[in-house]
Amino acid sequence: MKPINKMILKTDSRSINESFARICVSAFAAQLDPDIEELSDVKTAVSEAVTNCIVHAYPNKVGEIIIKVFIYENRTVKISIKDKGRGIEDVKKAMEPLYTTLGGERAGLGFAVMESFCDRISVKSTVGKGTTVNLTKIFASRTYENE
Amino acid sequence: MAVKISSSPMRVTVSLSGEIDHHNAAVIRMEADEAIQSKLAPNVRLDFDEVTFMDSSAIGFVLGRYRIVESYGGNVEVINLTRRQFAMMKLAGLENVVKLKTKK
Repeated sequence: MKPINKMILKTDSRSINESFARICVSAFAAQLDPDIEELSDVKTAVSEAVTNCIVHAYPNKVGEIIIKVFIYENRTVKISIKDKGRGIEDVKKAMEPLYTTLGGERAGLGFAVMESFCDRISVKSTVGKGTTVNLTKIFASRTYENE
Repeated sequence: MAVKISSSPMRVTVSLSGEIDHHNAAVIRMEADEAIQSKLAPNVRLDFDEVTFMDSSAIGFVLGRYRIVESYGGNVEVINLTRRQFAMMKLAGLENVVKLKTKK
């Protein structure tokens, strides 16, 4: 299936860009006229993925985060969040709720939140090369009273 | 993002507003802990009434405060949660350790 619209965003892995990234993606997805809850789902999932890039992919340096958003005809939005950071050794383990390598104030819920707010999620990672998280969100069809 | 603190001998209330993500959780944490650790009140209330966005960093924030308050024998309650925020906190099992209250 071919997307009907797309955008690419490249930004530094600085924590100040977490809000910038989620606002950008949700602003772009807004053209599908989702409801506020659905848009919050997108914002929250993107925030988790971008935070992962900042704290895990590039722990002691600033790297690049590449976000691509594709919009399809059937009210579907696909978001890929890619980094060229250190990668994840065990993706399955990383996705387990409450698992965190950082401890302290990180709840270990990033992937669990992404899973609960998106329709599909896939993670590809190569140690030393980086990680790509693909999120799919399908917005409910809207019915309008006057139609 | 802003943090407002009010306190009585029995309670410290930390009122949060704006967006809670990994970026601004650090500042919120510092301000909240300063108040919590200087008062050691038996009850710590985290008020989410004016929180417009949160991701799992807010869950980490609540969990972190719970650990501190629990260490001196106090308890934590989180109030004025939206249904969405409440659901996210439940996802983390927070309702087992702190009292969660939704908005009226």
